[in-house]
Amino acid sequence: MTTLLRDRKRTRMLSLALSGLVAISLVQQYARFPTQDLTSSGTWSIAVAWSIPILLAALGGMYAERSGIVNIGLDGMMILGTWFGAMFTILAGPWVGMLAAAIAGMLGGLVMAVATVTFKVDQVIAGVALNLMAPGITRFLAEIHFTDRGGSITQSPTIVGVSGFSFPFLAGGNLFGWKSPDLLGAVERTGFIVISDLAGILRGFFFNMSWLTLVMILGIPFSIWLLWKTAFGLRLRSCGEHPTAADSLGVKVYLYKYYGVLISGLFAGAGGGFLAIELSGLYKEGQNQGRGFIGLATLIFGNWKPVGTALGSLLFGFTETLRLRDQDAPHALLLLVSVALLALAFFAIFRRRRTTTIVAAALAVLIGFAYFTTNGVPDQLPKITPYLAVLAVLLFGTQRLRPPAAEGRPWSKGET
Amino acid sequence: MIKRLGYAAAAPVIAAIVALAFSAVVLLISDADPMVAFKAVLKYGSQLETNIEALNRATALYLSAIAVAIGFRMNLFNIGVEGQYILAAFMAAAVGAAIKLPPVLHVGVIVLTAMAVGAIWAGLAALMKITKNVHEVISTIMLNVIAVAGIVSYFLSRWKVPDPTLDTRLGDIPPSGWVPSLNSWVEFFTRDIRRVHLYGFLLVAIVVGIFYHVLINKTRLGFDLRATGANALAAEASGVSPKRTVLTTMMMSGAIAGLVGLADLLGSAHNYNLRFAQGLGFAGIAVALLGRNNAWGVAIAAFVLGWLERSSGVLAVQGDAPREIVTIMTGIIILSAVIAFAVVERRRLADEVRTAAAAARELAT
Repeated sequence: MTTLLRDRKRTRMLSLALSGLVAISLVQQYARFPTQDLTSSGTWSIAVAWSIPILLAALGGMYAERSGIVNIGLDGMMILGTWFGAMFTILAGPWVGMLAAAIAGMLGGLVMAVATVTFKVDQVIAGVALNLMAPGITRFLAEIHFTDRGGSITQSPTIVGVSGFSFPFLAGGNLFGWKSPDLLGAVERTGFIVISDLAGILRGFFFNMSWLTLVMILGIPFSIWLLWKTAFGLRLRSCGEHPTAADSLGVKVYLYKYYGVLISGLFAGAGGGFLAIELSGLYKEGQNQGRGFIGLATLIFGNWKPVGTALGSLLFGFTETLRLRDQDAPHALLLLVSVALLALAFFAIFRRRRTTTIVAAALAVLIGFAYFTTNGVPDQLPKITPYLAVLAVLLFGTQRLRPPAAEGRPWSKGET
Repeated sequence: MIKRLGYAAAAPVIAAIVALAFSAVVLLISDADPMVAFKAVLKYGSQLETNIEALNRATALYLSAIAVAIGFRMNLFNIGVEGQYILAAFMAAAVGAAIKLPPVLHVGVIVLTAMAVGAIWAGLAALMKITKNVHEVISTIMLNVIAVAGIVSYFLSRWKVPDPTLDTRLGDIPPSGWVPSLNSWVEFFTRDIRRVHLYGFLLVAIVVGIFYHVLINKTRLGFDLRATGANALAAEASGVSPKRTVLTTMMMSGAIAGLVGLADLLGSAHNYNLRFAQGLGFAGIAVALLGRNNAWGVAIAAFVLGWLERSSGVLAVQGDAPREIVTIMTGIIILSAVIAFAVVERRRLADEVRTAAAAARELAT
């Protein structure tokens, strides 16, 4: 039964991905201003890199929420990570910087855990308080440490991240000094519709990737293993589902909630560190721009599971690349969004969701109209696309979700 | 009675002591003598002008905090006051500069525009919550960015007027749309005030405070709101429509948020420009948490934080310590206050249970 369900789900996902690919491919080919940027390996390698902070935030959120704590403080922990990551990169290089960022995030997690688990403060309030506190701390520290190092109160001097590499054979990387053939690159350059687009997207995962990115991606299998294949993970998840039952079986619920929130801070801090060290090349006040909250939305999108979360962060990472590319890609994307909304409206008819149909169809017409009457998009649109995407995903993409049953409620030992 | 007062005062006092101790440690770390620094702040902070500035700041903080507090009362977290007030002030400034009206009416139109824009923007988050159960913390944060980096930035670049100093700004609001300063009122009791103006919007903040107090404590809606916050299921069972309460509360919160930026806009700036104060929405959350969502408590918290912010400027001027110490101090005050409130509240409940049990025993014998 479950395998059958899983197979059906897999088929549905595959067909969805395939039709999405065909749609992207056709749209950018036949747009009013044709572009290759939506599927080029250049775009997708940037998308992969920019999805990492969101992925780490979301995975961090997953550990906390699986243990029953809603971690609104993710954003503050990421901000701590950006500062400490930059500072220790200056002192001792990027790897130490990442470690320091993770530890700083974990200290934020400790504060959160003491407030919510030990003192049972409302979880949202504690998280908000942490988010208010973190920028104050980093600003104070920046004033002390960056102003005499060539930075200022709002930013650090520039820092250098970890070197990159390309996979041999797949993307033409070097193998012991020998330059291997670039198979995906060759396919991408053929220019066959759909096929070369697929090769471009795939090549984005294998080319010009920093070692740090590779290590961070390993966070996905690590989380699957730790949360679903070990006794530790089972206990941690049981605290998020039914703490009283877990307690009655001898699980130290308080301790596991602490673990959850601490690991959460570790991941979030690393996410902040990655943003500063690898993507921005410096610490800058306000650079995190609410990525902790995007991470929370990603977690919901991924139904509190690692693989879905990873896909979600890739989606949001992709929307961030639009800022870095020229005008044609975001403009072509308008058409794609319009088509996608039309498809959504069409399927909603069969599911008898009248409001969804009407809203989606109206938006599709509106965006389609904007596409055909303009030659570009305002500079502001690419900047806010990730945030619009979050709202769109939460509004249209979240049916059949199952959050941890006991998340968000303060729990005291002895309650039934 | 004394016990009640004791419980009410315990948490803020604990928080203040912890914050002072922490700040002393931070000052010591950054090679400053805490006693010298505290004295300098006290001396500068006791000047009349500093207190006027603190009151101006507190006016905006108070409005922002009341906007947050209305939501908090029913466990609705309007983290979006930030976006709501910036968007509202921007649109109100645009409208105010574009129209010509007689004095009082002009201000009225500007204020109503701001409240309407704030209410609509907050209402979006409420709609998402009641139709698709999107948590308001996430939706309002997203709406903040969309409002500030998207809408305001876009229309500012389209509607900006030429400026000799190359400032990016909207047109000026004519004097009929200004709110006069209250300096003469204060000067009547004290002395001549130099260089600063007490915003007339202080009166609006007081009115909003009274409105909030009456609304929460004396009206049906306020009761529904508090009931939903205390126990949503019980409230719904007794006939309170959760969806409607969410929508009304959020829109009211947004309407009040719309007023936040006007104190400055109508009191001294008179146009929207790039130097427009940001961050008041987030600071308002802190003030609401400190003031425990109580009209008086919030007023005290707003003044204390406003005063700290203004008086701490002297630290940087005299070179004793970086003034950013205040941002840390605020953070520590909030966190320790939040924890202290939770602990004291549990103590109080335990105490209540004990007294009730003792009374029951007495009745039985």
